[in-house]
This record gives sequence, structure tokens and C-alpha cells, in this order.
Amino acid sequence: MYQPKMELTDAQKDILNGRLGETVAKMMEVVVRYGDTFNAKRLVPITHRKGHFVTSFGINMLTPIYPLMDELIKTTIYCPDGMTMDPRPMDYKNVKASLLERIVSKKIIYGKQDQYESQLQQLGLKDLDGFTCTCYLKEVGNIPKYGDIISWAESSAVVFANSVLGARCNRNSGVVEMFQTLLGYVPEFGFITDAGRKATWKVIVRTTKKPTAQVLGSAIGMKVTSDVPYIVGLDKYLNELQDDGTIAYLKDMGAACASNGSVGLYHVHNITPEAKNLGESLLVENYKTYIIDDAELERVKSSYPVMWKKPNLKPKKCFIGCPHLSYDQLRLYSNRILDELAQVGRKKVTVYTVFTAAPQVIKKFSENDAGLLKRITDANIHLSSICPLMFVDNPLSGSKPMITNSNKLRTYSNCRYYDDDEIIDILVGKEKCR
Amino acid sequence: MKKFQGRVIFAEDFTGEAVVSRSGFNTLASFQKSALLKTSKKIIVSDQNNKDVYKKNVTGKILCLPETIGSTTGGMVIQTVASRNLSPKAFLFSKHIDPLAASGIILANVWNNVPIIAIDELGDDFLNEVNSGDEITIHADGSVYVSKNLDDSKDSDEVDDLEEEDLD
Repeated sequence: MYQPKMELTDAQKDILNGRLGETVAKMMEVVVRYGDTFNAKRLVPITHRKGHFVTSFGINMLTPIYPLMDELIKTTIYCPDGMTMDPRPMDYKNVKASLLERIVSKKIIYGKQDQYESQLQQLGLKDLDGFTCTCYLKEVGNIPKYGDIISWAESSAVVFANSVLGARCNRNSGVVEMFQTLLGYVPEFGFITDAGRKATWKVIVRTTKKPTAQVLGSAIGMKVTSDVPYIVGLDKYLNELQDDGTIAYLKDMGAACASNGSVGLYHVHNITPEAKNLGESLLVENYKTYIIDDAELERVKSSYPVMWKKPNLKPKKCFIGCPHLSYDQLRLYSNRILDELAQVGRKKVTVYTVFTAAPQVIKKFSENDAGLLKRITDANIHLSSICPLMFVDNPLSGSKPMITNSNKLRTYSNCRYYDDDEIIDILVGKEKCR
Repeated sequence: MKKFQGRVIFAEDFTGEAVVSRSGFNTLASFQKSALLKTSKKIIVSDQNNKDVYKKNVTGKILCLPETIGSTTGGMVIQTVASRNLSPKAFLFSKHIDPLAASGIILANVWNNVPIIAIDELGDDFLNEVNSGDEITIHADGSVYVSKNLDDSKDSDEVDDLEEEDLD
């Protein structure tokens, strides 16, 4: 039997010793060992009990997950407040795919989707529309308060919750995040503690214009890896946190930081809550410095490899919305592309384009902006709540040339990255991939 | 032969070949292409951003790295490849192990009973010293011995580049 290094309460010891059965004891052992690895002194209660699980996809390759879920279902524990989930991998109602792609995805790659969703419902999933990586947006409503302790794993949601909401969450792995949510405890280490939230890097933004969120986040992630950056010089380009544009910017920058490195928390001087409260006292002594100017952003961007067989192919699909778009972003991209199309005298975009957003955001857009929705649909732009990464992440779909403005999607697929201006130029036919 | 001492997370005596990532190892980006295939018998690293290990076979090898990075599905990806006997046999971290790798290795060992070795805090000197293709001997007390690969024909870069077509 495992001998914990951390202090456990009597109730926690009982669980570890099997009071709730062998499976729950094993879950507890995983969580306690996890904490011991990081010298956690104790387990602390999760204060925002609505979970968010990163594993939303019934992918055949995750062979250990399904029997594990069956084991959990047989226990007495479940998520009392339910959970939101990362996006689903397939949506053939709204995103076109060949018959072969559909068969391969539905039967071969994601053949366990229905079984897995049924398992999730038995653990507490109630909201079948709760599938998005942006559960923290107001339309979705899974929003921890400042100081709340949570157990999430979706990297873009963790970095947003820590940095923008001021909640406390380690960069958990899938499965462990589920165990912790079900048990109601997390080990006290890392971002759960005040010390773990201190910045070891000062990132100085010295660009001549507002940096592209996706490339700035990429540069920071590649440089600081898992450390905490304190970013100065960015506040002059951003409004207060109440501003939807600022939320969207920080969402996208954070996702790029988290996927191009493994950043779980950043502070933006004068903007994010802890930076507003504590300022540069968040920096440790002897912090490292990283200066980002226009040339550095260009260097980082030009380092992205092109994974296509030929660089000048015509893309088959364009994905905008990884992480999922906010409501304002949906409106902005729609209006901007339609305006640019009108300027060049085109009716449709040159590449089949998919905007991805949370189901609740798409519902709001459909209700409030029905005219705009019709116009983008007519222009060959489609709305879906899928995870574009999961959609393209198979040898069949992934082998086709696709473009994106998401650094996360670029990192995990063959999709080619373009900044907003560049991708819109391609979509309206002003530019081609070279 | 040079000795390094690390902290034991899971360890047993083992000798094998090093595959070295000098930058953060992106687990999902590295494992996903091989792991997606049901018939895979090995993991050929598919992370385009990591030139140290791109297209190298890591199954059964000793992966030497500072830490893992990238998607937080990383832990369960390690658990999955471990349950399919495709994972590296050992992870040797120069830094403190990161939460994602720790999760995956703990899940593999505790939930799936697949013994994966993990030793961390081996230090920057370890990662500066070791090269892909070197022979490494690990002891259960966390000591790690690196023997330089003097036989160029065994350079894992050359061997594994032959496997590029596996990714196409």
C-alpha cells in the first residue's frame, strides 16, 4: 500500500484505505502520488465544483479510458454540479466531409463517441450543449470566481482561469483532472499556492503596433515554457478586462502560450487581476527578461514549418476559432470578411471556411444576428461547435492542405498558420498560399 | 561513463538507448500520429517543432528531456501508449518533472500496472552530456550512468531517418 508523504485528514486516509471501495482508493492514490511528486503538503477542497473535462472525444486509440470510465461508474461518486466538456470532434451537419472521411471518423477514429458520452452522463454530465473549450465565456457560464480552486485540464481554459479570472488551477492532465473533480480535492502545489503564482520572467513588449495575440503567445510560450511571465508594455494596447475584445485577445494569447510552450498562468501589467492588485511585486528576485519587438515576432512566425507537400497548394478548408470564438469575434470576423469580399467584388470566400464557437455563442449569434448569419452562409462560411483539431487530426482529413489563424491548431496539425490580415486576404482572393 | 543522480519517482534497474530532446517534449504532438494508428508497433515522434526527436522511434527507449510541454491531454496520451506497450521505457528529466508527465506516468504505473521509470532533477549537465544513441544504465536508487556512443553506425538519427515514410 502506498505511504503518502503529505498530511491527509482522517476522511482522506479512509478513502485511500478503501472505505469507498478499491476503485476510489486507486483514484485517491493517483491524486496523492501526484501531489507527493510536487511536495504538496496536503489536499485542499475544490471550491468551484462544476467541472470541465478535456476528454470530450470517444477516440478509439484511448483504449484505457473506456474501461476506466466503467470502473468509475460502478462507484458511488459522481460530479454533483455537473461539468462542461471540451468540444466534440465531429459535426457533419455543419462541416462538410467526404463520405470516406465520415466513415473513417465515425467508425474508426471516433467510434466510441456515443458510448463515451453515455458514460459521461452517468458521471454527472447534464448539459449536452456544454461542449466547448471556452466554458468560461459568459454565454456558457462555467465561470470560477477570483480565488476559487478548480480542477480543469483544457490548457487554454486553465491559463484563462488562472490569468484572467484569478482562479487557482494547476495544469492538470486529462483523467487526473476528472479524478480530482470527482473526489473534490486537489493537491496544494504550483498555481494553487501564492508562491507558485509568482512570475520568473519579465516579458517586455516593445512592438510598434498591437502584437497579434497568436504570435505573441507563441513567442512567450516558446521562451518561458512552463514558467510564469509578467508581461509589461501590452496594457497600452488593451482595454480593461470588462471589454470583450480584451477577453478575446487574452483568450487567444493564452492558448498560444499554453500550446507553444506550457504556460498555465501569465500576468499582464495593469490588466489581469493579480497584476492589478500586486503589480511587479509578483516578480521573483533575479527574474529573467525577454524583450519582444517586431523583429522577434517576425523571427518566431517565420520559424513555423510548412507541413504541406507543396507550399503553393490551394487550401481545402480554413478554420477560424481555436480556441472557440467569442460572440464579438464571430461578429467581427463575419463583418470584416463580408466587407473585404464586397471590396473585391466577390460573393464567396475562396476557401471553404468554418468558424468554431460554443453552442451557446452560436445560438446567440443565430438569434441576434440572423441577417449576418445568412450572409456568411451564402459566402461559404459555416458555423460549428466542433474541435477543429480533433476534426483534422486524422491521416485522411489531416493530409489535405488547410489554413488557420490559430497557433494551437498549427502546432498539433498540418494546418498552415496565417495572421488575421493574411488569412482574410487569402479568403477574399487577394493573396494565395505561396 | 559519467554518473548523474536524480530523484526517484518510479525506478528499477534498466539499461537502454537514449533519445534526447533538449527542449520541452510536446507529448501530444510527438505521440499522436503513431498512437492514432491501431496497428502501430512503435512511436515515431511527429512533433514538427522538435528537431532533436522528430521522426525518431522512442518506444522502449530512454527519453531524456527537460520536461514535457503542450496539450494537457499529454498525461493520458502517455497512459494510453503505455497501456499499448508503445511508450518509452524511461523518462529522465533534467528539471523537476512537470504535472502532465507525472500524471501520465503515475496513471500508467498505478492504474494500468505498466512499469515506466521516471527520474527527475538530473540537472542541466545531464542533458548537456547525453546524446541520442548513447547507452544509459539506470539504477533503482536514481543513479544514471551515461556511456558515450562511439559507434557512428548506431546513431539513432541515421537509423530512424529511414522511418520517415511512417509519417507520410
